[in-house]
Amino acid sequence: MRVQVLFFGMLKDMVGRASESLELPEPATVADVLEHYSQRIPDLQKFFGSVALSVNQHYAAPATALRPNDEVALLPPVSGGSMP
Amino acid sequence: MTRAAFVREPIDTRSILERTKRPEDGAAIAFEGTVRNNTRGRQTLYLDYEAYEGMALKQMEELAEEAVRQFKIREVAIVHRLGRLEIGDTSVLIVVASAHRAAAYEASRWLIDTLKRSVPIWKKEYFVDGAVWADGEPFPDEIPRAQGSPSSQVASK
Repeated sequence: MRVQVLFFGMLKDMVGRASESLELPEPATVADVLEHYSQRIPDLQKFFGSVALSVNQHYAAPATALRPNDEVALLPPVSGGSMP
Repeated sequence: MTRAAFVREPIDTRSILERTKRPEDGAAIAFEGTVRNNTRGRQTLYLDYEAYEGMALKQMEELAEEAVRQFKIREVAIVHRLGRLEIGDTSVLIVVASAHRAAAYEASRWLIDTLKRSVPIWKKEYFVDGAVWADGEPFPDEIPRAQGSPSSQVASK
């Protein structure tokens, strides 16, 4: 199945794009998406301890199951609002 | 009720404050987050803000709703600016209107603190000698991470 994967902040710079379509064997979870990118860009993994995840714009966990056409996002620690 | 918005032009605090206030309010607070000219002493030139807009907008609406319920205030308006911001520009505006000031101050503080930790918005800071994505604040513990939950990381140390 195909899912759409979105990258933000420094993850977007590391992957070199803001989004892409990814083909995964079924059944798939968010962890399969993470595994795919860890293999392709090993440096990404260093940040996984602080990175949150979402599926269809709701926070999700690695174990969250995916359906075709789901929108998965990798979210680095956020820094909106005012200055620290 | 729409209480949250993203804009790409300067935030007009006065007009948002005026249209949020009602005769039954005894207090109205406008909190502005502004672009500071330095980070830890390093001179900032400007910032770029980006957001996961759909998700962030929903979350800001939910925070506003939660603040009205939890602090018994009457109304909230949250406006966040995206794109390039210069020193002194307002990046976020939080207006709280309430019958009494104590609840308004508490709600305003809770809204900015919670927004900064959990709403998917990021900023890139540009300096004379380069640019970096701001470190950001750790997500609240209840939000799972890509690797290891916060509690298991503590346990493994």
